[in-house]
Amino acid sequence: MNASLVLIVIMAVMYACGIFMLLERSMTRVLIGFLLLGNATNILILIMAGTVGIAPFVAEGVPAEELHDPLPQALSLTAIVITFGLSAFLLALIYRSWHLGHVDEVEDDPEDIAVGERDVAVEDEESDPQFAADTDFESEVATAPHADQNDRRTGMSGGSE
Amino acid sequence: MSFLLPLVVLLPLLGAASALIAGRRPRLQAILTVVALSATLAVAIVLLVAVDTGGTIVVEVGGWSAPWGIVLVADRLAALMVVTSAAVLLAVFIYTIGQGLADGDDETPVSIYNPTYLVMAAGVFNAFIAGDLFNLYVGFEILLAASYVLLTLGGTRARIQAGVTYIVVSLLSSLLFLAAVAMIYGATGTVNIAQISERIGEIPPDVQMIIHVMLLVAFGIKAAVFPLSFWLPDSYPTAPAPVTAVFAGLLTKVGVYAILRTETVIFPGGALSNVLMVVALLTLVIGVLGAVAQADIKRLLSFTLLSHIGYMVFGIAIGTVIGIAAAIYYIIHHIIVQTTLFLATGLVERIGGTTSLTRLGGLLKLSPIVGVLFFIPALNLGGIPPFSGFIGKLGLFIAGAELGTPLSYILIAAGAVTSLLTLYALMRAWNLAFWRPKAEADATGASEPGDEAAASAAAHLTEAPGATQTMTARSAPRLMTRATAAMVLLSLALTVFAGPLYEIAHRAAQDLDGPGAYVHAVLGSDDAP
Repeated sequence: MNASLVLIVIMAVMYACGIFMLLERSMTRVLIGFLLLGNATNILILIMAGTVGIAPFVAEGVPAEELHDPLPQALSLTAIVITFGLSAFLLALIYRSWHLGHVDEVEDDPEDIAVGERDVAVEDEESDPQFAADTDFESEVATAPHADQNDRRTGMSGGSE
Repeated sequence: MSFLLPLVVLLPLLGAASALIAGRRPRLQAILTVVALSATLAVAIVLLVAVDTGGTIVVEVGGWSAPWGIVLVADRLAALMVVTSAAVLLAVFIYTIGQGLADGDDETPVSIYNPTYLVMAAGVFNAFIAGDLFNLYVGFEILLAASYVLLTLGGTRARIQAGVTYIVVSLLSSLLFLAAVAMIYGATGTVNIAQISERIGEIPPDVQMIIHVMLLVAFGIKAAVFPLSFWLPDSYPTAPAPVTAVFAGLLTKVGVYAILRTETVIFPGGALSNVLMVVALLTLVIGVLGAVAQADIKRLLSFTLLSHIGYMVFGIAIGTVIGIAAAIYYIIHHIIVQTTLFLATGLVERIGGTTSLTRLGGLLKLSPIVGVLFFIPALNLGGIPPFSGFIGKLGLFIAGAELGTPLSYILIAAGAVTSLLTLYALMRAWNLAFWRPKAEADATGASEPGDEAAASAAAHLTEAPGATQTMTARSAPRLMTRATAAMVLLSLALTVFAGPLYEIAHRAAQDLDGPGAYVHAVLGSDDAP
C-alpha cells in the first residue's frame, strides 16, 4: 500500500496537538482538541485508502485500478458529519456551563474531593473482628472499635504525611 | 422473516420523528413512544423465535450483496440482546410516564425526552444487529449522542459538570474506535465483520495485535472495564432515575457485546484472553470495594455495576462454549436486575426524599412494597439462590473450573468474594434505608457521628460521598411502582425460565464457537473458506 508522507506527517501533528489540547482544563481547548483529533482520524481514513486515483465514477473505458477507492471517502464523510454534530453539542454545553457559573473549565468532582479528604481510618470496618461478628448493627460496636479507630487514625496520619 | 430485521431500528426512529412532531401534546407523544417501543418488542420476540428455529437472519440493506453493501445480522446472540433491551426500554419508559404524570411537566422537558429516548433505543438496536464495523460505530454514535442529551437534560450545574466528563471520555473512545476501523480497513480492505474475520489471519501478527488492543480499549471504555471505568460513577448518578437505570442496564452492555463479538468473530484465537482475565479480576474487586465505601445508593449501585462487568469479561475471557453461554446469560440477567435496582432507587428517592444512606430510615413502615421491590433484586444481584444472579455466577464458575488454569481459579475466588461484598453493600443499604427506625437516621444526620450506639452502623458513612444530598419526599405514583414490579417479575422469570433461556444462550454460544457460523451466514457458502 502506498501512502503520502505529507498526509502522515499532518495526521501525526494533528493527533499530537489534539491530545495536548484535550488534556487542558479549559473546555474551549478541549473542544479544539476534539476537533483536531476528529480531523486527524479522518485523514487516517483517507491515508488508508492507499494510492490516489481519479474520481470514482464508473465510465466507459476507465480501468478500475485507476479509480480512487470510494469507500474511505464515504466513511470519512459520515465521520465528518458525526464530528460536526457532536462539536455543536459540545459548544452548547460550554455555553451552558459558562452561563451557569462563568467558568470555562472542567471542574473537580465534589464527590471525588470528598473521597480524597476523607479519613482513611474510618473506612475499614471489615477488618474489625468485633464488627464482623456483629451483623445486626447492635450496641457494643460503638465503644471499643471507636477507640481502636482513634488509635489507628493517629497511626495512619503519621504514615501518610 | 428477514423484512422484520430493519424494523428493529426503523420503528424507534420513526417513533422518534413522530414524537418530535407531537412535541406540544405530551399525552399523544407518550402514546406514540409506548406504541413504537411495544411494536419493537413484538418484532424482536418474533425475530428471536425465527432466528432460534430457522438460523441467522441476514439483511443486505439497499440490495447490495454482502461484502460490499451494509449488512444487518441477527444471530441468536443479537436477537436475545434486542429482546432483552426492548423489554427493559419499554418498562423504563412506562416508569418515566408515571414520574412525569406525578410531577407535571416542569421538571423534565418531556418534548425532548421522548424522541431522544427513542433515538437512543434505535442506536442500541443498531449496534446489536450491525454486520459491519462502521455500522457498529454509527450505532454507537447514535446511542452516545442521545445519551449526552439525556444525561445533561435540564442543564443544571451538577448535570453539566458530570456530563462534561462523560462526553469527553465517550468522544475519545469513539475516535479510538474510528481509528481502529480505519486501520482495519487499511489492513484488510473491508469493514464487513465476516470478511474481516476471513482475512485477519493473512495480516502480520503485530498489526493484528495493535488493532485488537485498539478495539478492546475503545470498547473497554464504553463497557467501563476497570482501568477505563473512572468516568462512570461520576456521571451516572446525577441523571434522572429512569435515565440512570436505562444507562446502567444497556449502555455498558453494548460495550460488553462489542467485546464479545471482537473476541469470538474478529479475533477468535483468544490472543488476549489472559489480559482480559486480569482486567476482569481488577474490575470485580476494585469495583466492589468502591461500592462498599459509598453512602449514596445511586453511587453504590454505579460501583456494583462496574464490578459486575468483570463477571461478563471473565466469561468472555474463558472463551469456551459454556463460558460464553454463561456470559450471555449473565449479561441478560445483569441488564434486567441492575435496571430494576436503579428504578427501585428512584422510588426510594421519591418516598424518602434522598438516596443518602445517612439520612434514610424507616422506609419499610412508609412503603413495604418498595422495600420488597428493592430487596428482591438486591438479593438477586448478590447471587443468592434461586435467583438468576446465582445461576449466572454458577455457570461462570463451572466454566472457569473446567478451564482449570490458576488464573481462572483466582477469578472464581474473586468472583465469590465480590458476590459476597455486593450482598453486604446492598443489604447494608437496605438495612439502613428500610429497617432502622427513622429517629435513628435523624440522629445520625443531625448529631456527631457515633453519638448514639445504634447509629454507629451508619456513622462511618457520614463523611462518604453523597452523604448530604436531599430533596423533598413525595409519594410514589402507582405507575412507577407497577413498572418496577414488572421488572422484578421479569427478573424472577429469569429464574423460572432459566432452563429454556440457558439453552438458547448455549446455542448462541455454539454459534460463536469459532467464526465459521457467522461468516457462513453472512457471506454464504460459496465465499466461505
